[in-house]
Amino acid sequence: MQDVATIPREIESTRPSRSLVAKGRIVERLVEGLIKLVALVSIAAVLLILLFVGKEALPVLTSAIVQKEVTLGGMFASREGLFSWQPVSDIPKYNILPLLVGSVKVTLIALVFAVPLSVSAALYVSEMAGKRTRELLKPAIELLAGVPSVVIGFFALVVLSSWVQAAFGTEHRLNALVAGLGLAFAICPIVFSVSEDALRAVPGSYRTAATALGSSRSQTTLRVILPAAGPGIAAAIVLGFGRAIGETMIVVLASGNAALLDGSLDHSARTITATIAQELGEVVVGSPHYHVLFFLGALLFVSTFAVNFFGERMVHGMRAKLGGSR
Amino acid sequence: MSQSFHRLLPEEAHSALVRIAALKSDGPTPVKMQAKGLTVSYSAKEAVKDVTIDVHENEVLALIGPSGCGKSTFLRVLNRMNDTIDGVTVKGSVTLDGQDIYAPNVDAVLVRRRVGMVFQRSNPFPKSIFENVAYGLRIAGIREGGLIAQRVERALRQAALWDEVKDRLTESGLSLSGGQQQRLCIARALAVEPEVLLMDEPASALDPIATAKVEDLVAELRSDLTIVIVTHNMQQAARVSQKTGFFYMGKLVEVGDTTTLFTRPKERATEDYITGRFG
Repeated sequence: MQDVATIPREIESTRPSRSLVAKGRIVERLVEGLIKLVALVSIAAVLLILLFVGKEALPVLTSAIVQKEVTLGGMFASREGLFSWQPVSDIPKYNILPLLVGSVKVTLIALVFAVPLSVSAALYVSEMAGKRTRELLKPAIELLAGVPSVVIGFFALVVLSSWVQAAFGTEHRLNALVAGLGLAFAICPIVFSVSEDALRAVPGSYRTAATALGSSRSQTTLRVILPAAGPGIAAAIVLGFGRAIGETMIVVLASGNAALLDGSLDHSARTITATIAQELGEVVVGSPHYHVLFFLGALLFVSTFAVNFFGERMVHGMRAKLGGSR
Repeated sequence: MSQSFHRLLPEEAHSALVRIAALKSDGPTPVKMQAKGLTVSYSAKEAVKDVTIDVHENEVLALIGPSGCGKSTFLRVLNRMNDTIDGVTVKGSVTLDGQDIYAPNVDAVLVRRRVGMVFQRSNPFPKSIFENVAYGLRIAGIREGGLIAQRVERALRQAALWDEVKDRLTESGLSLSGGQQQRLCIARALAVEPEVLLMDEPASALDPIATAKVEDLVAELRSDLTIVIVTHNMQQAARVSQKTGFFYMGKLVEVGDTTTLFTRPKERATEDYITGRFG
């Protein structure tokens, strides 16, 4: 520390100049413009992808050549009592219902397993675990999000499927259940992480109030903290849904990929994402099959967007209900 | 007044009469809570030092003193709210109706059901107005809808909030104004029929009109329960309480009848504080 006596009496003033007239703040404007540009580029990229997918999907509805082979109605209607996705057979069949059902089925299985598991884990970590345990567990679970999906898929293919077969005696080794369980692994970290954040964001004053009213710890957790974190947990589930329905590698490896239209869990399933991944590389550009694959992509895009949109609306509604009009 | 007693159960009527009689007579009411040689420390620092005090039934005891003098800590000892903070140790004894609430076999949850608390900042749950008040009843295991509705209405009436919210019971408790929220928290605490109500600066975040309402409430509630109120506001202490205790540096400097304490304090420190020389 400087001795006070050595500080010179006359110190140069650092007071801002008294003029209020704007000077050319070119650098300021430049930086602002640059940031704006970068932001716009990222938005534009997403829009262009949507535009491109839409453009390639459109011939399914408009082109006469494509419609000779496949029509919009034909993609949903049965053909001689069968719903078949066989785009490369002698008579190509483009029924997309098995793919839709496959995607939804596998995603729902994943959510059924992942949501209770992740939310309970989040409750434990945020409400019950000690500080040390929490600091260990949270990053550890979040690290799982970094596991490449091909690794999870490989695990599901080699290990999980054997376990499932041993446990339930399924006829087919690769099936919707195995793929769904694999997906559950993939979405657990994100559902956990977002739920845990939501639980931790609940104000401590609710906890204090509940305790002062004579709540036990579990009553406080289940009747006050969990409902208060409800919107955040709902958002976590919506995120998990989006991740699961868009996930490709795990379902390619573990689902068995047979396009069957049924609700059974131990049968093979083929999802929209797996179909695009496996067929788009081989398809003749501009062929009806090519355009149908893009149509599937657009469908996935729209449905994920719709789920996110309505999910967001629901979360907003829940927030408003909890928090009143303010 | 006399007519309404017909509707009470005999036992309740009896205890009510006893209480009213005690209120009317000049003699002191029985001791409801008692702290003896109470020392509270946060790790090494002593926040409350060797405090001995009686809280009498149907009496409002105000605790005054400068910030950090230990009055809030003392208040939180009375319903074991300090248990939730790490590193707090309590020495000495606190009794409720003669029973030591820090005895090893005592469940803190049951203590808090008999000794309720209202905080400085209103903290309603993000639930409907009705569910806020019903919460304590539900966790106590009451399932009968009719009974819960009755108790909720009575608690809201006791807290002078019923007329303002009776048409919007399903709206969120957080949609109320600040003063209403605080009265909602009082109603929520009253719904479980506590015997003692602890209030930690319940009006410090409120405007003067809302403050007046809370003060009126405290005065009315006295006939039903025992109140300990911590306040920064000496006028408030003078208005609502029968007894006042002055805390300074963790010690209870003086406790006595409110009028006496404010007009003829025994201790020099008390006099300095109430005349505004410090604090």
